Amino acid sequence: MLLTISTTHSPATDLGYLLHKHPDRCQTFDLSFGQAQVFYSEATVDRCTAVLLLEIDPVRLVRGKSGFSLDQYVNDRPYVASSFLSVAIAQIFGSALSGRSHDRPDLVTRAIPLKATLSMVPCRQGQNFLHQLFEPLGYTVKTTQHSLDEQFSEWGESRYFSVELDAKIQLKQLLSHLYVLIPVLDEDKHYWVGEEEIEKLLQHGDGWLATHPEKVQITRQYLKRERTLTQAALAQLIVEETPNLDVAEDTHNQEEADIEKSVSLNQQRLEMVTSTLKQCAVKRVIDLGCGEGNLLRVLAKDNFFEQITGIDVSYRSLETAQKRLDQLLLGSKQRERIQLMQGALTYRDRRWDGYEGATLIEVIEHLDLPRLAALERVVFEFSRPKVAIVTTPNVEYNVKFIALANGTLRHKDHRFEWTRQELQTWANRVGQEFGYTVRFEGIGSNDPIVGSPTQMAVFEQSVL
Amino acid sequence: MKLTVPELSLVVLIGASGSGKSTFARSHFLPTEIISSDTCRGLVSDDETNQDATRDAFDVLHYITAKRLAAGKLTVIDATNTQADDRKTLIKLAREYHCIPVAIVLNLSEKLCHDRNQQRPDRAFGAHVVRRHVQNIQRSLKGLQREGFRHVHILSTLEDIQSARIERQPLWTNRKHEHGPFDIIGDVHGCCDELEALLQTLGYDPIPTAESRQFADFASYRHPQGRKAVFLGDLVDRGTRILDTLKLVANMVATGDALCVPGNHDSKLLRKLKGQNVRVNHGLEQSLAEIEALSEETRSPFVQDLQKFLDSLVSHYVLDEGRLVVAHAGMKQAYQGRGSGQVREFALYGETTGEIDEFGLPVRYNWASEYRGTAMVVYGHTPIPEPVWLNNTLNIDTGCVFGGRLTALRYPEKQLVSVPADRVYCEPIRPLIVPQAAGELTPQQEVDGVLDITDVLGKRIISTRLQRNITIREENAIAALEVISRFAANPKWLIYLPPTMSPVETSTQPEFLEHPAQAFAYYRKQGIAQVVCEEKHMGSRAVTIVCQNIEAASKRFGVTDGSVGICYTRTGRQFFDNSALEAEFLTRVQTALSNSGFWEEFQTDWVCLDCELMPWSAKAQGLLREQYAPVGRAARVALTDAVALLKQAQQRGVEVESHLQHYQQRSHLADRYVAAYRRYCWSVNTIADLKLAPFHILATEGAVHLDKTHLWHLHHIAKIAQADPQLLIATAYQVVDLNDPTSQEAGENWWQTLTQQGGEGMVIKPLDFVVQRDRGLIQPAVKCRGQEYLRIIYGAEYSMPANLERLRQRGLSAKRSLALREFALGVEALERFVAKEPLRRVHECVFGILALESEPVDPRL
Repeated sequence: MLLTISTTHSPATDLGYLLHKHPDRCQTFDLSFGQAQVFYSEATVDRCTAVLLLEIDPVRLVRGKSGFSLDQYVNDRPYVASSFLSVAIAQIFGSALSGRSHDRPDLVTRAIPLKATLSMVPCRQGQNFLHQLFEPLGYTVKTTQHSLDEQFSEWGESRYFSVELDAKIQLKQLLSHLYVLIPVLDEDKHYWVGEEEIEKLLQHGDGWLATHPEKVQITRQYLKRERTLTQAALAQLIVEETPNLDVAEDTHNQEEADIEKSVSLNQQRLEMVTSTLKQCAVKRVIDLGCGEGNLLRVLAKDNFFEQITGIDVSYRSLETAQKRLDQLLLGSKQRERIQLMQGALTYRDRRWDGYEGATLIEVIEHLDLPRLAALERVVFEFSRPKVAIVTTPNVEYNVKFIALANGTLRHKDHRFEWTRQELQTWANRVGQEFGYTVRFEGIGSNDPIVGSPTQMAVFEQSVL
Repeated sequence: MKLTVPELSLVVLIGASGSGKSTFARSHFLPTEIISSDTCRGLVSDDETNQDATRDAFDVLHYITAKRLAAGKLTVIDATNTQADDRKTLIKLAREYHCIPVAIVLNLSEKLCHDRNQQRPDRAFGAHVVRRHVQNIQRSLKGLQREGFRHVHILSTLEDIQSARIERQPLWTNRKHEHGPFDIIGDVHGCCDELEALLQTLGYDPIPTAESRQFADFASYRHPQGRKAVFLGDLVDRGTRILDTLKLVANMVATGDALCVPGNHDSKLLRKLKGQNVRVNHGLEQSLAEIEALSEETRSPFVQDLQKFLDSLVSHYVLDEGRLVVAHAGMKQAYQGRGSGQVREFALYGETTGEIDEFGLPVRYNWASEYRGTAMVVYGHTPIPEPVWLNNTLNIDTGCVFGGRLTALRYPEKQLVSVPADRVYCEPIRPLIVPQAAGELTPQQEVDGVLDITDVLGKRIISTRLQRNITIREENAIAALEVISRFAANPKWLIYLPPTMSPVETSTQPEFLEHPAQAFAYYRKQGIAQVVCEEKHMGSRAVTIVCQNIEAASKRFGVTDGSVGICYTRTGRQFFDNSALEAEFLTRVQTALSNSGFWEEFQTDWVCLDCELMPWSAKAQGLLREQYAPVGRAARVALTDAVALLKQAQQRGVEVESHLQHYQQRSHLADRYVAAYRRYCWSVNTIADLKLAPFHILATEGAVHLDKTHLWHLHHIAKIAQADPQLLIATAYQVVDLNDPTSQEAGENWWQTLTQQGGEGMVIKPLDFVVQRDRGLIQPAVKCRGQEYLRIIYGAEYSMPANLERLRQRGLSAKRSLALREFALGVEALERFVAKEPLRRVHECVFGILALESEPVDPRL
């Protein structure tokens, strides 16, 4: 990875004094993760460019770590600006970073014309984010985004930029900005992020971070999105007003923006399902595809429900669900009602027998359409709950979501989304085949033309 | 004194403290067969005499007893058992597992027992205890039979006890030592004409009468090769030659040419003959009429003989080391080889749901759909139009008396032989021929439509023919369940997953991490004389199943969505997202197979091919965009920039020569890395952009082709490929003689040429598909990858000497062990599918492979 710092300050070769590195020598530094060279590609009175060239040992990076992942050897780390570069800046340009210079003590505190180039900066949030980070600090920002592979233009752009930053600024400030913002852009620190990172952030952010319009995002990303650390850092950064992280998250995370405005719709869905279960006098419920336990938490708090079982195929989701249930601090009697089990909706499972109600909340659309036949038999032929509630997106409503491109589904893993007619056709057929009567309802705001965002089918076992 | 004890019984010893039960038990039974209450007291309390622990001790005793009886093990209860209440629990337990309760009473005098106890330091209880025991026993003696003990042995003197000899009596149902071959014949119902015709078709000859027969006035039949007929009961009622049928069968049984189990009709006739009040209907009137028609003087002896014969019939038989079970109405696993009223009931009538169908007949509970036993069960009872296998069970009652056929199953050939009925002897209440819609699933396929979670979840041990007992750990099953249920194709298609393949041992030659020399050395060391080196295509592994037509897909795979086959990845995921492209692709392969005469040559209407599908980029888009291309881009830009700056510095006279050279080399390697992955990428817009290279013909109808050499596979695949050279690639290969250095050199050179031209490398295999050595299987194949290809595995700069040296430290043993286990499971899956085993048995293996794939092994190997 590569950083250059140039100046047109006169005499430009003073840069050598500021960096404590002689312009006519190439110096090598050993670092724990590799090697660095500092040399000058140009050094005239008019213009001087110092180069920090960092070579990371890719084999050492992989060996000694436990666990495997294919990306370790084939890895961009040796080539892109990352937290390794911040460490190198601190170690190799340590004096300059802290604003010390033996020979030019006065120059240290002066703003001089400086230009920094970074040949490969990863930035998932795109070009605008680079501007949003550096422009408030007074830089003129020039960026070039690179394609993934010029021979395969259909693969599109990479997340890498060549970046040029121009400003009249103190060298110390430039280095501090880079020290903090490079890892913010890269979002992949090579070391464990703990309390001491807050110290570093506050130290190097001194004088500029507190007033930076993107301070929340910078803090979050610098601290690897560790919520408690971020909260603590922000509290120290701005004593009077600690912004609410959840709001920040919503405003900043465009790519994660939930198309459905999930808080309200999700809430409505859970309420609707819960009240339907109650109407049907279902006290023993099995939530098939419980995920991280959204519905389970609602049911758990309601003592109407006597037995609550959550099933999911993802073990990790079940672990999260368990943690979230633990956070409810239920009494032991309440807790005894709840259990979680790994299971799959396409396998018959005798542990599901004997429940009054089964819920499949936003589940069926995650199954390949041809596999639905197995689910039907597993649930309606074998488990045979008295009541089954199925909710799934109403695809007709998708036109209402501005953020959703035409014809795309709401979630990457959705294998299908149905119109109201499609759900009804399916559900009525299933009901007839397995002896259930079915009624349908919409959940969420009801549009006269496209209906509600979520649709619900309630199956009730027909009385013979 | 001889004491008869059925081989599967619960033996309850009854005797006062000091009567010598433990000594008696030890001298007649295995230590593991004896469960003593004292031992159980010790187990739960460290003190064998601790009376406070009695309740817990008996919980343990009952628990162990239940486990043993469930497993079919004779069990002896060594406890005083002096009270009826204690014995009641044990009898209940024996009944629950359909074992025979036997009582052995050591009925010694109070004094004798007391004196013995006095001599033992741990029995310091008063005389009143023994007195009570003895009194209780005295009171119980008469009622033991009534309590439910089927055998009661009372030993009242020391001599009795000393002279006692236990004789274990095999169960009537146990005919495990009879290995057949058998011809199992369904419900005859007095259709003796058809029976005689069937026996002759099966190769049986009428043999002259002899005194030994029960009915000397009637013929018997015998097979010249000593085959044995097995009659599944319901010999009587409805037909026109009921007594002839009975005589024939009874004769064959008497001469050892047949076995026979009773049917419900036979049983009802017997009850009638014994004078019980039964309703005369469902054809019993015909049987009685035939008996009535006998002359006065013959009737009575005949009825006596008949009664004797019917009385001798045993509910069901377990044959051929437990591999075959025959019964009239079927036999569930828990009842096999057991004897109780319930078992007999099941054998005669099966189970009903308690409901009545539209014809007024009881709805039968289909025990076979839940059958999980390893024994094949052949039965009759319910007339059906066509025998169909379901979970290793087969009903062969094809309703001869209703105008259907009389059917026999040849065992072990699993071949059906039948003769048509001469006429309809009796109108069935429920129509026999249920019109079957074309493309309708068989009962087995119907059952296979839903797999059970207990067949995959938890720690599992799978027995395979190549490697005994492969263990699937629970955490791996957890991971596999997620993959398979979220991403995998319909399990009915998943009859195989390819095993992982180990690379060659690490090369020691400079510049090489892998080299063919190690592969040759490995196989030479295993005593292999010749190997085949196959070009390794750089695409994605694709298992391709193609059927001759949609009907074959439905018939053989039970898939009725109109697809003619499938192409899936090594994790069982459908290869194509685009179903139109997939259909086109499969049709092309299907056409090539048809045009090359494959279906006729292999006598099959489906095939499972192991293939590589190109380009790699077709399936690896995510990997390319997220990883390979970005790294290539980052490396090229960063290193080019660095070289430019170093050159500028050098022009200024700064000494950077060594760094410049280093960075120039790295920059060059980055270019080579990009070139390496680009070779395997091209856009796929139409089918013309796809290439399929099959390299194994895994299976066709009735055959898994792993008994053929790789040359056979390559030869036949080349023939198919010729039929569509646009789409299909025949894999290039060379045979290398491991005892000939020139041949090896030629092989190494070939590899060099392939890889220098950008090839991935080659796969080296022994000529034989499966090779077993003393220590087990050897690797069925090892891969040897080219220098440039390895850049996309180990990174652009892996070949720099300092990096290469360190990368040589890699361990292969975990990978190799995994490769063998997955290979064995893959073969097992195919064998089971080809043998038409239930899907769960196939799925278990496929699931196991996927589970093993989640074991942490270096993915670069």
